[in-house]
Amino acid sequence: MGRTLVQKLWDAHTVADLGDDATLLYMDRVFLHERTGSVSLKGLESAGRKVRNPEQVFCTMDHIVDTLPGRGDDTIMPSGKDFITTTRAAANAAGITLFDIGDDRQGIVHVVSAEQGITLPGLTQVCPDSHTCTLGALGALAWGIGSTEGEHALATKTLAVNKPKSMRISFDGELGFGVTAKDMILHLIGAYTAAGGVGHAIEFAGSAIRSLPQENRFTVCNMAVEFAAFTGLIPPDDTTIEYVHGRPYAPTGKTWDAAVDYWRTLQADDDATYDKDISIDCADIVPTVTWGNSPGHTVQIDGAVPDPSNAPDANTQTSWARALEYMDLKPGMPIEGVPIDAAFIGSCTNSRIADLREVVKVVKGRRVAEGVKAIVVPGSSQVKLAAEAEGIDKALVEAGFEWRESGCSMCFYAGGESFGDQERVISSTNRNFENRQGPRTRTHLASPTSVAASALAGKIADVRKLG
Amino acid sequence: MYGSWGKGPVMTLTMQKFTTLSSVAAPIMRVNIDTDAIIPSREMKGVTKDGLSVGMFANWRYTDVDARVENPDFILNKAPFRDAEILLSGENFGCGSSREHAVWALKEWGIRCVIAPSFGTIFFGNCVRNGILPVALPETVVKAFAESAEAGAQTAIFVIDLPSQMVTGPTGDSHDFDIAPADKEMLVEGLDPIGLTLKRDDEILAFRKTDEVKRPWVYL
Ligand code: SF4
Repeated sequence: MGRTLVQKLWDAHTVADLGDDATLLYMDRVFLHERTGSVSLKGLESAGRKVRNPEQVFCTMDHIVDTLPGRGDDTIMPSGKDFITTTRAAANAAGITLFDIGDDRQGIVHVVSAEQGITLPGLTQVCPDSHTCTLGALGALAWGIGSTEGEHALATKTLAVNKPKSMRISFDGELGFGVTAKDMILHLIGAYTAAGGVGHAIEFAGSAIRSLPQENRFTVCNMAVEFAAFTGLIPPDDTTIEYVHGRPYAPTGKTWDAAVDYWRTLQADDDATYDKDISIDCADIVPTVTWGNSPGHTVQIDGAVPDPSNAPDANTQTSWARALEYMDLKPGMPIEGVPIDAAFIGSCTNSRIADLREVVKVVKGRRVAEGVKAIVVPGSSQVKLAAEAEGIDKALVEAGFEWRESGCSMCFYAGGESFGDQERVISSTNRNFENRQGPRTRTHLASPTSVAASALAGKIADVRKLG
Repeated sequence: MYGSWGKGPVMTLTMQKFTTLSSVAAPIMRVNIDTDAIIPSREMKGVTKDGLSVGMFANWRYTDVDARVENPDFILNKAPFRDAEILLSGENFGCGSSREHAVWALKEWGIRCVIAPSFGTIFFGNCVRNGILPVALPETVVKAFAESAEAGAQTAIFVIDLPSQMVTGPTGDSHDFDIAPADKEMLVEGLDPIGLTLKRDDEILAFRKTDEVKRPWVYL
């Protein structure tokens, strides 16, 4: 019987079969950040254990470090400095490569890992961070783990993993005007709920996936974990190989040729079967935003906030009612036109140069609405440099956006900077949980261009109407 | 029970063994309780695994989070649930971020078992690695458990027998549960996963040797 892509990668990394569906898998790369990586490194150190093969382990400062200009080790988050200095000391002691504050390779872990060519097609990669699945867009088997598993991967180069079930999600057809990769993934989670992928490794397929540029593919895979999936992958193709070529840690010369030959084999066999198959027609997708506190609480931009009394079951009814209360929305009201206090463009979902180029097209020559706090945070220092070279920063600032240093910033609230109490934010991030972006902050997830259009309008807006 | 895990270093190489457990169970019957709810980001202040239980469910547990003013209506603030070693919850418990802090907070507080219809995948693995038993049972069973837990309060004792994979509720109704043999072994033996894996070091090194020839681009 034919093998899926995940099965092929699984087989290629099997060190030992542990029985009962558990496998000891070889880990090609471990990436850490100062928030959870510090805990893994400290844990290892206090157990008297060492990092095996530190040359394949990387670390960045992204979660806690400030994103205001002129930043250093001090942070707005009380005790944030501890994370930064502990991580630096532990990374140096372990001999791993650290992209520190001030290093032009610094940035959000999942952005940097691809950008530097650290993740390659066919590799296994883990990080104590749930959005590691982003890197599945390169055809790597990458997923988020806990800090204790992080210690395990660092100390042994392996992880004991239960084999996930398989799922194929095909997106076919063409995306309409104003519809982006973000809308594809929000549409999927909205249609199949935030638990729709639980226990599965997803292979994204179909003509719409194949025609997505590499940077937009990351957006799709980024939110596989919001679908409760183990991870999400896109088989490598010319787009992937072209993206990887010439990156700092990518192979060169003969090794490159050998790698490419191997990467071309990383496709599911024609007769591979999946535990679950989903097909989506892209003609059905429109710009999508979330109204509630689960990434599955989506609504089409021209749609209305749902009524809990129409919920499919009692649990959903309770969760909808609770979300409506938290979000201060009424059933039946159109989502378009809901006034916002802030707009945020950033995060490992949508902060790459391709995203920023699209945003600039929307905002150029226009102004952010009075009273709206609008912030753009580039995903990496490289993205920042590239954007500045193209004048993107200038155009954004002229339109009334704040332009930041790279990092996770206000994608999540760790005790430092946040959007205000009960403020409503439209955000290009991936999580709209209660209090995610600040105490009682209300988050609406959307594509970066929808966020930009809303910032201009001062309310949730349909980007298509800007023309 | 509160603080019983918090006194010494939590990071011992061997976990507390899990065989049987008798305790009241605290029902928090919402669905999709995510790790941000279990331990809000701002409660993760330190670089270590301890001191987290005070921030557990902070947004629900306190009416004033900064001043730590307890919400008397929150179940874990009420006797006898303050001493509960078992949580009952709705489906997809522990979904959301991979933060293991959620598990460390629960563990430090004294939770040793969570019973829910389903769990976030990463959270599930983190539980097992930290000596907490996640038990998945059908929603109807968990709901019935929740009712008897609240009705009986201090006399509503649940008994969990991991070796025979059985939960018995206060009314005497028993239910089998599934658990992967490897997870069960780790919990019952209180094993340290790293030590366990390093027993296979020859296999790991042998893999690497062949792999270096096959995939040289992996080895920086
Ligand atoms: S940008 Fe947000 S979701 Fe991404 S790694 Fe940082 S905190 Fe996590």
